[in-house]
Amino acid sequence: MTTLTLGKALNNGLRKAMEDDPKVVLMGEDIGKLGGVFRITDGLQKDFGEARVVDTPLAEAGILGTAVGLAMRGYRPVCEIQFDGFVFPAYNQIVTQVAKIHARSRGRLPMPITIRIPFGGGIGAVEHHSESPEAYFAHTTGLKVVAVSNPADAYWMLQQAIACPDPVVFFEPKRRYWDKAEVDLDVSPPPLFSSRVVRAGDDLTLLAYGPMVKTALQAAQAAESDGQSIEVIDLRTLSPLDLGPVEESVRRTGRCVVVHEAQTNLGLGAEIAARVTESCFHSLEAPVLRVGGYDVTYPPSKLEEEYLPDLDRVLHVVDRAMGF
Amino acid sequence: MTAVPDVREMVDPVPGAGAPHLPAQPDLVQLLTPEGERVEHPDYALEIGDDELRALYRDLALVRRWDVEATALQRQGELGIWASLLGQEAAQIGAGRALGADDMAFPTYREHGVAWARGVDPLHVISLFRGNDLGGWDPVQLGFNLYTVVIGAQCLHATGYAMGIQRDGADAAALAFLGDGATSQGEVNEALIWASTFDAPVVFFCQNNQYAISVPIERQSKVPLFQRAAGFGFPGVRVDGNDVLAVLAVTRAALARAREGSGPTFIEAFTYRMGAHTTSDDPTRYRLAGELEEWKLRDPIARVKAYLSRSGKADAAFFDAVDAEGDELAVRIRKGTLEMPDPAGTEMFDHVYAEQTEEIAAQRADFLSYHAGFEGAEQ
Ligand SMILES: Cc1ncc(C[n+]2csc(CCOP(=O)(O)OP(=O)(O)O)c2C)c(N)n1
Ligand SMILES: [Mg+2]
Repeated sequence: MTTLTLGKALNNGLRKAMEDDPKVVLMGEDIGKLGGVFRITDGLQKDFGEARVVDTPLAEAGILGTAVGLAMRGYRPVCEIQFDGFVFPAYNQIVTQVAKIHARSRGRLPMPITIRIPFGGGIGAVEHHSESPEAYFAHTTGLKVVAVSNPADAYWMLQQAIACPDPVVFFEPKRRYWDKAEVDLDVSPPPLFSSRVVRAGDDLTLLAYGPMVKTALQAAQAAESDGQSIEVIDLRTLSPLDLGPVEESVRRTGRCVVVHEAQTNLGLGAEIAARVTESCFHSLEAPVLRVGGYDVTYPPSKLEEEYLPDLDRVLHVVDRAMGF
Repeated sequence: MTAVPDVREMVDPVPGAGAPHLPAQPDLVQLLTPEGERVEHPDYALEIGDDELRALYRDLALVRRWDVEATALQRQGELGIWASLLGQEAAQIGAGRALGADDMAFPTYREHGVAWARGVDPLHVISLFRGNDLGGWDPVQLGFNLYTVVIGAQCLHATGYAMGIQRDGADAAALAFLGDGATSQGEVNEALIWASTFDAPVVFFCQNNQYAISVPIERQSKVPLFQRAAGFGFPGVRVDGNDVLAVLAVTRAALARAREGSGPTFIEAFTYRMGAHTTSDDPTRYRLAGELEEWKLRDPIARVKAYLSRSGKADAAFFDAVDAEGDELAVRIRKGTLEMPDPAGTEMFDHVYAEQTEEIAAQRADFLSYHAGFEGAEQ
């Protein structure tokens, strides 16, 4: 057991993946000497050299486009996108190429590319630095999408994503980079594409991923004093979704609320609500409700506390669900 | 307090000129040496009166004062972040003052000097970095577009705007700002192609401050940036970006050429980012202190001061008056920042579309009733 911040756990996960497989190559802006703007690659260039930790020119389409070529040569590129809002110059490569090449080559060209994206708000940043674009990627067939919420998952899921033969968009909750927890480096971790119950409860099932897992747990804690027993599930994987544990839970609780920072309109919550409604229709006591960002341009940082779901907004919707 | 050091030593105008990736010195347009000596350039004559010279000095000193104050405000927690222009004052004031009233500037996030030259209230720029809004000024009225954070995107906007000028037969030009790192972006290269193909009246003003955050220019280009223009089919010129007179002359000429219908120009203003990338950055991780010391000898403001005083075009009273004005500006900025009201939460719903949708209007109403619920609970 060691105590690690989420950021340091990612750093250790990258280091382990690079030690285990010489084909792993890190690419990104400022990831070398600087160690990335969040220091997730800190020290890795020093230890593995400039050929394996590449400070790229300032061009995201270049990062992802050359990653495709490197993958064709048997490399496993791990691409760092500096902030969520800067993935879009690479979006064409990700959606039209990375996502489709396996199908187009009838399996002859796997694309074991990992695309790391620090996402979400709450750090008081200027525009394009606080967004949650996961639905664009989860909507794209051919990509797998995960989001981590805690240091242990950060350590293990990153290694699993890098080892995965399919392209994985790996979302990191940037406001939780500094959160600490114990990480057991010797356990065998749960499979990458699995969700997990992180708090047991009987009255309502609360679903979250990435930065909102902590908020959901706090809400469940607060609700306990009101006599409500809330089960919290960390989705971990957004595409494919692992709804088995969710359905098992909702059949018991009869109520389900989904939380994410992203706008609710056509967000992950919409898909989950549709699927849970279909599979658990006869057990539901209330419609599946969503708590998310408003459907507006991500606001300036002075307003982000009012934009982002917080403990109170989660409880507000939990109360609505309980009231049906 | 304008923090302008004295210059005494003779310094090489282009550091590392012997490095293979940098051009021989004759390519650098310079009208004022780092020691403050006025020199001529065969292609760029500059007729400039004493009043205008003093006004340029005032601009330089005041934007530096603004920058110093903003950095301090950020340190004190009053701004979320600040992107300092320290060291790039001459590039920005020279370019900004070359603009005509009908021209349009397309800044990145660092062009506070150009904002100043366009008459943007510093507090409008500050409010963006404070997190109060996403850009508080009227781009069209000021001839100064909103700041663009996504690297390079504005180069295409400037090109399209220039194509509009061309269609309208207007006597104007667009000036696109970009950094050295930005030159690697696909969109920037597309802008250079479009500008060339359509002979658009646009000037690309690239401040090569030697770094894109931690990444040095060598990682972006193996040829001097201004030489790239030739490959796109239009002229490129390298100017001493720490020489406000040379930047003014070169940018004026390029804008005039654009307005005449002779097409785009790429200007590489060779300069140095003397501060951190932003207040979030720690440059000690990737560059040596000696480099900064070397560039301090090429300070863009000190050379103007040296020239003005040595030539007798300005006296101590003038410099004192500018210092006093700087202090007043700093007080105004500080006071204005501290008194800036927080935006209302409903702001975020109000400007998403030109025609409000029922969905957002409903969310706005929900937002209000949700918050009203809390007020009720507190009473
Ligand atoms: C598309 C995109 N990718 C990454 C970033 C993050 N970023 C902000 S500034 C910067 C470096 C820009 O360097 P340069 O173009 O030289 O301009 P400078 O900051 O030196 O003025 C980077 C990588 C961004 N803003 N936009
Ligand atoms: Mg730069």
